[in-house]
Amino acid sequence: MARHSVLGAVLVGALALAGCGGAKVGDSSSGAAGDCGTFNLAVNPWVGYEANAAVLAYVAEKELKCKVTKKELKEEVAWQGFGTGEVDAVVENWGHDDLRKKYIDEQKTAVSAGSTGVKGQIGWYVPPWLAKEHPDVLDWNNLNKYADQFKTSESGDKGQLLDGDPSFVTNDEALVKNLNLNYKVVYGGSETALIQAFRQAEKDKKWVIGYFYSPQWLLNEIKLEKVKLPEYKPGCDADAEKVACDYPDYDLDKIVSKKFADANGPAYQLVKNFKWTNEDQNTVAKYIAEDKMKPEDAAKKWVEANGDKVKAWLAKA
Amino acid sequence: MVAVAVPRRQIPRKALIVGGIVLAWLVLWLVFRNVGTLALDASELTPLHRWINSVNDAVGASRNSNPVFLYFFNEIRLVIDEFVTFVQALIAQPSFGRPVPVIGWLGVVAIAGFVSLAVAGWRVALLAVAGFVFLGLQGLWQESMDTLSLTLAAVVIALLFGIPLGIWAGLSDRANRIMTPVLDFMQTMPTFVYLAPLTLFFLIGPASATIATLIYAAPPAIRITAHAIRSVPHNTVEASESLGATRKQTLLKVLLPSARKTIVLGVNQTIMAALSMVTIAALIDAPGLGKTVVKALQTLDVGTAFNAGLAIVVLAIVLDRVTTAATERRSLPRWAFFGGFGVTGVAVYFSYTYLWAAEFPSEVEIGSSIRKGATAVTEWVQDSLPVITNGFKDFVTSVLINPLQALLAESPWFLVALVIVALSFLIGGVRAAVVSAACLGVLVATGLWQDAMITLASTLVATILVMILGVVVGVWMGRSRRADRFIRPILDAGQVMPAFVYLVPILALFSATRFTAIIAAVVFAAPVAIKIIADGIRAVSPATVEASTALGSSSWQTIVKVQLPMARRALTLAANQGLIYVLSMVVVGGLVGAGALGYDVVAGFSQGQLYGKGLAAGVAIVVLGVMLDRLTQAAAKRWTN
Repeated sequence: MARHSVLGAVLVGALALAGCGGAKVGDSSSGAAGDCGTFNLAVNPWVGYEANAAVLAYVAEKELKCKVTKKELKEEVAWQGFGTGEVDAVVENWGHDDLRKKYIDEQKTAVSAGSTGVKGQIGWYVPPWLAKEHPDVLDWNNLNKYADQFKTSESGDKGQLLDGDPSFVTNDEALVKNLNLNYKVVYGGSETALIQAFRQAEKDKKWVIGYFYSPQWLLNEIKLEKVKLPEYKPGCDADAEKVACDYPDYDLDKIVSKKFADANGPAYQLVKNFKWTNEDQNTVAKYIAEDKMKPEDAAKKWVEANGDKVKAWLAKA
Repeated sequence: MVAVAVPRRQIPRKALIVGGIVLAWLVLWLVFRNVGTLALDASELTPLHRWINSVNDAVGASRNSNPVFLYFFNEIRLVIDEFVTFVQALIAQPSFGRPVPVIGWLGVVAIAGFVSLAVAGWRVALLAVAGFVFLGLQGLWQESMDTLSLTLAAVVIALLFGIPLGIWAGLSDRANRIMTPVLDFMQTMPTFVYLAPLTLFFLIGPASATIATLIYAAPPAIRITAHAIRSVPHNTVEASESLGATRKQTLLKVLLPSARKTIVLGVNQTIMAALSMVTIAALIDAPGLGKTVVKALQTLDVGTAFNAGLAIVVLAIVLDRVTTAATERRSLPRWAFFGGFGVTGVAVYFSYTYLWAAEFPSEVEIGSSIRKGATAVTEWVQDSLPVITNGFKDFVTSVLINPLQALLAESPWFLVALVIVALSFLIGGVRAAVVSAACLGVLVATGLWQDAMITLASTLVATILVMILGVVVGVWMGRSRRADRFIRPILDAGQVMPAFVYLVPILALFSATRFTAIIAAVVFAAPVAIKIIADGIRAVSPATVEASTALGSSSWQTIVKVQLPMARRALTLAANQGLIYVLSMVVVGGLVGAGALGYDVVAGFSQGQLYGKGLAAGVAIVVLGVMLDRLTQAAAKRWTN
């Protein structure tokens, strides 16, 4: 017994000695937040959005000394957060007319804060090898000719049109019906499923046609080609059942909570003035997705190279 | 064939009737194919779906004025938020004006080791220390501690309510009858359906994440506790009562001690279930490892996702082993207890005071090698296997999935309903027929009949695969301790490794298809079935097995004639739980090409106007679960008697 307590004491002593070296907690303290206060920034789950959010958060923290709280949320939940006061800004919004109607027009808890300058496109895409070997596949008129090639275990005797990400509106079933295409819409169900399908299709030269969108980081890696559908004209998608035209171009915009806008603080000014281009976003998205940089580091790199653009967002205070 | 081999008369007649029904179904299917299938396009809504949308909107709009929100949900939220934040402040997040948590890594490791030592012995304590250090080496210390805080909070709350409820359901048949459908609902209603409304009720934060976790994690504790109490042999209870024990004495002195081992299995399952929710909770900003996984998935970074997934598995294994070993009573020598206590105290003090003991040193790490390794393995798998796997997928799809789906989803709905009700009557009498009829009625009402039939086909295929695996591996593990020791960690991994991690490689292997969804469901559901069957086989009295061997039975005969029949209860429980676990993966299936109900739920979570449809799909999944559950139970009852 006594031997064991001696052993214990020695152990404790050894640990105590080891502990004597080293910095103590609280030796250095970080600076306090400035007058900007807390900025609750929603981060929706795709890389393009992450790029917007990273740059905004970086500028808000470094230039305006805000305390930025990033909240990782799906779109629905993020918009809902405007009402409960937990989200100040959504900084890349793809249309979402239903959410606009509910939160901007009806509940009046959100307002638009203008364009991000990024243009969004939705459509049907094929892998580059296919576009190169069969250029006519890029016209929807020729799709029936190739329906057999696009057959899979899921589409039976028709061609498969792979739909995927349920976050975006899709008219694809109506399009297939109204354009008399011999295709079946198969729901991959996630962006992951789409990306995997296109990657494999390009690698193994497999026939895949599917729903996709730009800007998207994958397009830096694989230049998917968009299939031409009947041209979009305003109003041609008014009746969801009868759609027979391409998707519109989306002006991706920013939505902020009404309270945040009314307070009109420096963070709101920044969000309102924030505007860049598809190339800018792609650059930052590439840093994150392919170079595997942390969003903060990616933002830092871009901001340091683009001081003039950042200055413009800050100037009109 | 089986029926013919049995000499009694009654069974062949029943088999003939079943055969007749199926034959009639096939003939009518040929005639009425694609008539009255109640199909609904992906973007189409029914009035019910629209009505649910409007209710959802109304609730959201009244949030700030409704007293129920202000005085009821807010209070719950506050209590849970405080609890979780407090645990996080202790071990995970910078708190109380300090740049680091109160207890740093050294302190947490020491506490984990000491608690394990006290309740579970040296070996488990070593495992716990090694496991926790490993988390730090992975470069995921803080994320792991966030996850641990949230999981502990959810499990503590779940057990606080779950075990008493389970005991009640074990003692009272009426309580059991009321609770069972509620538990079915909690376990099979897809989390995606209530995730968004939860944030409406409990705001974005730890409270919502904890509640989402415990809704899913509490049922196993309740169910298995009830099952444990019920499994105590009647004569034991009778003996206790005839000796004049009061009900309370019988409960405390007889029922609980004899049920303890099984109840701990329930605690295990609760912990596992809670950890399996880590990634889903991350979709509403729950801190921790789930976030790392979800983030990595955006860029299909399997390496990073795997590293974080592995940390979840390590946490699960440590927690599982500690709780399991805690069932066996042991006493620690006094010197070891006090020595351990002293060392832990010093370690905690250091980790409070010194930076090196507070923040896990970032110089030593193996996280990047794990990431690279996992990425390399995934790439190899994706490059070299699809040739084989795609053929296999096409084969199973055309031989098994397509015919079953065609039969279920392309028959008129009334025909399928009639067949199911008739079969239910044959299996479980009038009662089963009534339950099935009611469930089918609800399915029609949801407006998603055809989607439900497609999902049913996949579910049946997945459950069959789960049971095959369950019996084969379960018997093996039940008969061999060594096999058990080797396989169990793999099962734990299958159960808690977030599906999101392996979705990327299996998508590469099988493309976005129904088969991929089935594989994902099997990976998740088979471990539960295997474990339950293994425990059941082991519980068969060794004397019986020895007697059988002594009489000259071969291993095969012993398994088929003695062990499996005597483990019938376990087999039925396994089938039942396997089914429910498969159904809980329907939504994940929707992410990889299953379409149907799974996709409806996912889309409902992502798009406001589809919310009502998503909820209806969630209800349809629950109803399918209840129906299949009651049918398997009725069949099991017939079989066990």
